[in-house]
Amino acid sequence: MSIASAYGLLGAVLVGLGLYGVVLQAEPLRRILAFNLLGGGIFLLFGVMARRGAGAGFSGDPVPQAIVITGIVVAFAATALAVHLLLRLQAARDEPVPPEEPRA
Amino acid sequence: MMLGTTPGGGLLAFALALPVLAMLLAFVAGGRQAGRIALVALLAGLVLSLAIATSVLRGGDALVLILGGWAPPLGVALRADGISAVMLLTTSVVMVGTALFAFTSYSGRGGESRASLVFWTLLLGLWGAMNAVLLGNDLFNLYVALELLTFAAMPLVCLDGRAETLAAALRYLFFALLGSLLYLLGVALLYGAYGTLDIVLLSRLARADAPTLVAAALMTAGLLAKTALFPLHLWLPGAHAGAPAAASAVLSALVVKAPFFLVLRLWFGVMPELTTGPAPQILAGLGALAILFGSALALRQARLKLLVAYSTVAQIGYLFLMFPLAGAAGATLAGAWTGGMLQAVSHALAKAAMFLGAGLIAEALGHDRMRDLGGAARLLPMTVVAFGLGGLSLMGLPPSGGFVAKWLLLNAAIETQQWWWGLVLLSGGLLTGGYVFRVLSASMAGPAAAAVAVVSPGRQAVVLVLAILSVVLGLLPLASFGLVQVGRLAP
Repeated sequence: MSIASAYGLLGAVLVGLGLYGVVLQAEPLRRILAFNLLGGGIFLLFGVMARRGAGAGFSGDPVPQAIVITGIVVAFAATALAVHLLLRLQAARDEPVPPEEPRA
Repeated sequence: MMLGTTPGGGLLAFALALPVLAMLLAFVAGGRQAGRIALVALLAGLVLSLAIATSVLRGGDALVLILGGWAPPLGVALRADGISAVMLLTTSVVMVGTALFAFTSYSGRGGESRASLVFWTLLLGLWGAMNAVLLGNDLFNLYVALELLTFAAMPLVCLDGRAETLAAALRYLFFALLGSLLYLLGVALLYGAYGTLDIVLLSRLARADAPTLVAAALMTAGLLAKTALFPLHLWLPGAHAGAPAAASAVLSALVVKAPFFLVLRLWFGVMPELTTGPAPQILAGLGALAILFGSALALRQARLKLLVAYSTVAQIGYLFLMFPLAGAAGATLAGAWTGGMLQAVSHALAKAAMFLGAGLIAEALGHDRMRDLGGAARLLPMTVVAFGLGGLSLMGLPPSGGFVAKWLLLNAAIETQQWWWGLVLLSGGLLTGGYVFRVLSASMAGPAAAAVAVVSPGRQAVVLVLAILSVVLGLLPLASFGLVQVGRLAP
């Protein structure tokens, strides 16, 4: 088995674990971590694609690397947003319930 | 053949730059000025999207802009065909309407400049992300655009910061993130198979082999979760009904259309072979279930905003009826294609009017409980008329835009001998009629209700104009919809 196939399989395993966590975990924080696992698996697959190279005769294709870098930034932003939202939700649930307000 | 920048392609750069610049400017200028900046930028955006539409129609082909002179497959292109131009224009109109509606409620006066700053910067960010989805021609760029759209839309859901809406926003975020990661996984497979992510290049290369089909299935499933097609609609009612009215309007009218737009791009652009197999029947089957369940649930809602949100679930179903119908050839294909796009546009205008109208009713009465709506029609006659006109378009009664859309789809269903989709279209119309009349009869009963807040006639007029636009769409001669056919990649 080539090294690229091994990484490819590892990526697939990470995607599988991530999907399992995203769909079946009820705890929001675990779900957010599962999203990162899923994302990590996908980025690894992009890395494998770069190695297998659809590029013309290069040893590595640079386009998937650019994609992974951008993807990591997006995934980081998504994680930060989700964690912050979770903290806000926790804080709002801990507060005493305000009187019923009209909904606009 | 390589893609090249076409004359007028430069306009596309402005469609992305304008919202982003306006957002940054609004952020720096602060809450008191943000509304004004947004309104000016959105009006300029309306002119820009008119210019793009005219340019596409005159040229008879898609506008293309090669960014930085690097042609695909290595570089990234922006491309506006007929459906991009139509959706850009729809986005601008709904955005301008929403901005006029929200202008006084988010003015930044009275110590509320933070809420105002947040609302306007998010609205402008959402506009920019929407334009990026409509103009993108590179599948990875489209992934980034979709994520930006989620990041701008999600905080709009929980602007009021109550635990209930925060929970709805978190649920929305989870569905949206799962959707975009499934999409990204498909993108990785396509890149591995073809070495390019440019939609136009892929449309010439794509084969119906195993990796392509797996990629298409993953990407479609992800996009369906984001567009809230039944049974992945669970996040939508809570998120759209809990948001402030102005936010609900753009979420329901525009944001859910963006992933649908990408499903269209994928199925008709990247791999048109898919539209001849059994897959389109499955998509349309889910659409049919969405229409029946969404409408039936809308009939049972106790709150007006939830009713309107479930109606969005149902109306999204109609969009997916075009897949098995558009798989036909020639004039039938053109008819179903126009019908589907017209449904997207007329629903956007009608639903924006209905959510904004529901917001005004809730503001004036202090609640939106269905059983206490009595007298709303005497208090806000213009708004209730607007709600009814929007409902006309959703039902598909002539002469509305929704009528022409559903009539074209019905025609295509009969011509391709798939009468069962016609049956779904007709029964969906009846159910829609049911829930629209439920609102109208409830609000017309009884004497004028006691108002807890005064609603300015100007804001009511905005809602009415949006509703009238969705009806007037049906009075345009059919030939003027030729725009949506320009630059179509499918055979």
